[in-house]
Amino acid sequence: MKGARAARTTVALKLAMAVSGFVFVSFVLAHMYGNLKAFAGHDAFNEYAHHLRELGEPLLPHEGALWILRLGLILSLVVHVVTGIALWRRAARARTTKYVKKRDTGASKASLMMRWGGLTILVFLVWHLLNFTIGKVNPQGGATDDPYNLLVDTFDVWWMTLIYLVAMVALGLHLHHGVWSAAQSLGWTGTAAKRRRAKNIGFITAVVIAGGYSLVPLAVLAGIITK
Amino acid sequence: MNLTLKIWRQPDRDTPGAMHTYEVADVSPDMSFLEMLDVLNEQLNDKGEEPIAFDSDCREGICGTCGLMINGDAHGPEVTTTCQLHMRSFKDGETITIEPWRSDAFPVIKDLVVDRGALDRIVQAGGYISVNTGSAPEAHSVPVPKEDADRAFNVATCIQCGACVAACPNGSASLFMGAKVTHLGLLPQGQPERDERVVNMVAQHDHEGFGGCTNIGACTAACPKEIPLDVISQLNKDLRTAIRHGH
Repeated sequence: MKGARAARTTVALKLAMAVSGFVFVSFVLAHMYGNLKAFAGHDAFNEYAHHLRELGEPLLPHEGALWILRLGLILSLVVHVVTGIALWRRAARARTTKYVKKRDTGASKASLMMRWGGLTILVFLVWHLLNFTIGKVNPQGGATDDPYNLLVDTFDVWWMTLIYLVAMVALGLHLHHGVWSAAQSLGWTGTAAKRRRAKNIGFITAVVIAGGYSLVPLAVLAGIITK
Repeated sequence: MNLTLKIWRQPDRDTPGAMHTYEVADVSPDMSFLEMLDVLNEQLNDKGEEPIAFDSDCREGICGTCGLMINGDAHGPEVTTTCQLHMRSFKDGETITIEPWRSDAFPVIKDLVVDRGALDRIVQAGGYISVNTGSAPEAHSVPVPKEDADRAFNVATCIQCGACVAACPNGSASLFMGAKVTHLGLLPQGQPERDERVVNMVAQHDHEGFGGCTNIGACTAACPKEIPLDVISQLNKDLRTAIRHGH
């Protein structure tokens, strides 16, 4: 098979990891844009949510465009998790006798937390989908058919906001290393200057995304966004 | 200087090892780390104990034979080889933990000596160029831009000591492969085998049981020759190109 030998290497696994990771970066940016519509009020937010389902109609069926995007995300998730587990297992087998004393000189905290941080984000993703998409759970027991009201009811509960903020810290750390690491895996950082630029972009992406997402729950808790 | 040393002792490949504690007195701060171990071995010899086995050859930082995990850092706290590390980098009364490189691809032969043949097999798989032997070719017949020549030379300084593998939390040899791929890929002589080189080297690397790279950067911090992380980007780029070319 053409390209089969090269495609079976650990470097190819990293390439798959990088490409699927960039799909998620694009998704979280678009998702964050939608979230920030909460600042524009009840109607603007709900209209946006509704419009997502009508995107592409009448050429596409109801929720058609949404499902195409969702399938892309599910595929990326499978690739990202499967390659992540494969690399994790390889790393575990590569050093079965541990050091008595080991310092990770030169390694950032974020880079050492990619796997457990990634798992944290995965657990959060399940929770998040149960909360807002599949399950629609209103922690205050109110209605769940109005996206804006469900959002306000959820983040008015302090511990719900706390869960989301913890998840955003995990996401921020994951992006801080993940974005530049993906650029490196794709072979875009062949000089010191390019590496510095990729690291800066990674840091900015992490701050913008983790910060941008945290604004809405904090604004609800602070009473800036209300029903 | 008086020091307490915690050293990994293991009689052979198949016998399990353990950490042993030794005291060394009157160590000069001007001694190299290996000379300090020589002093300890003299003491052990005098007592009729088995001396500690460790690798060394040139003792001037150019051969890559020595290599110890010292207090959790490959080659110890300075950016150099173990033989060029001096006792002035440590404090009087300090406890120093000394372990062999830990990688399942580098089995322990005895005490602190590991078999790094896996790196040789990666080089055999692709870290070379094929040329006809005979008289040396005319140097000016194949011009190389100065920048490329400099960069190729800088990464060709890799001495294959294995510190990158030892330091890597994933046990990956990507920095080592990256150095070879970048060095040969920058030169005209490296072009004909460029695609096969990267694929064969990475396939051998994976076969030896090294881990995959996650761009943590502990390798480059440990490298006594300061090979930059850029070479791993070049390795990834060359492999991506090889996939596109159908390898």
